[in-house]
Amino acid sequence: MSKEFMPDIRQTPEQGRLVAYIIGYVLSITLTFTAFLIVDDRLLSGWGLTLTLIGFATVQLIVQLLFFLHLDREGRPRWNLQAFAFMALVLLIIVLGSLWIMNSLNYHSMSPSKTDEYIIKDEGIYR
Amino acid sequence: MKYSERVTEPTTLGSAKSISRVASAAGEQADAADKTLFGFWVYLMTDCILFASLFATFAVLRNNTFGGPDARELFSLSFVLAETLILLTSSFTAGLAILAARRNDKKQVLAWFGVTFLLGLSFLGLELKEFAHLASEGNSWRRSGFLSAFFTLVGTHGTHITAGLLWMGVMMAKIYRRGLVFSSVKRLTMLAMFWHFLDIVWIFIFTIVYLMGVARI
Repeated sequence: MSKEFMPDIRQTPEQGRLVAYIIGYVLSITLTFTAFLIVDDRLLSGWGLTLTLIGFATVQLIVQLLFFLHLDREGRPRWNLQAFAFMALVLLIIVLGSLWIMNSLNYHSMSPSKTDEYIIKDEGIYR
Repeated sequence: MKYSERVTEPTTLGSAKSISRVASAAGEQADAADKTLFGFWVYLMTDCILFASLFATFAVLRNNTFGGPDARELFSLSFVLAETLILLTSSFTAGLAILAARRNDKKQVLAWFGVTFLLGLSFLGLELKEFAHLASEGNSWRRSGFLSAFFTLVGTHGTHITAGLLWMGVMMAKIYRRGLVFSSVKRLTMLAMFWHFLDIVWIFIFTIVYLMGVARI
């Protein structure tokens, strides 16, 4: 009996699968509601809020990958996981790289009226 | 493949030779399904890259409102929360439909995909309502860089949902007429993967576009 056979059509015990979907659903709803309440009640602000929200979304991504897409039940070699990891790398390069480059461009081509503001903020100079 | 080992256990029904021939045919079929599902997974990963570039565009342009309204003035969080819960529930029912397909239960497959279809349709309806409302108040994609990026990102997701609904409708009609054959179970698995993927993309739209937009961070 092989457990790691991938498409496992009509193979896995039913109960385990159903439980996985229910756990995934309940966890996803909880995470969505918590993130919503944090913003709605203004419990956090600034970087703390940004990191918390991104954290909640990432945890929910992992929950759905495991409980809905069953990435953990894949047989070796884990091709699906490898494709996913490569995609995640490219995604981070695209998103973080774009933000970095565009912010830097924004900074270096700012209008003269904003220069003072930036310098005061960056260098810690107060008038 | 290990699948064939599994089926070659001796039974009283036929000679070992004929069983192994049937088994290897089943193994080949399952092998092909395995490859198809992996190919579909790779397609989903490339689609993630498409969404990544749209997310990057949005992240760069999100503060460029050109004197127009920003996210907090435009979006209602409770409305978007309702959309999110509807899509999440439809992702769950798509999973239940796949479980029914594994049990070879045609009625339940049609019922759960029917529920998924209706939930997906109401999600799409709410999204179009939001778009129409924004456009009617003069806040269409022409208004600012922020709104162009918003409509492109959310609209691309909506297009995917539309395609998924069409696919689901076709599959349901096919299963209703021809029953659950091996190839349709394989296609249903891909459809459910596609639907779960769209839900995951929506989590990030909900977080980055709506929650972070309304919180003004």
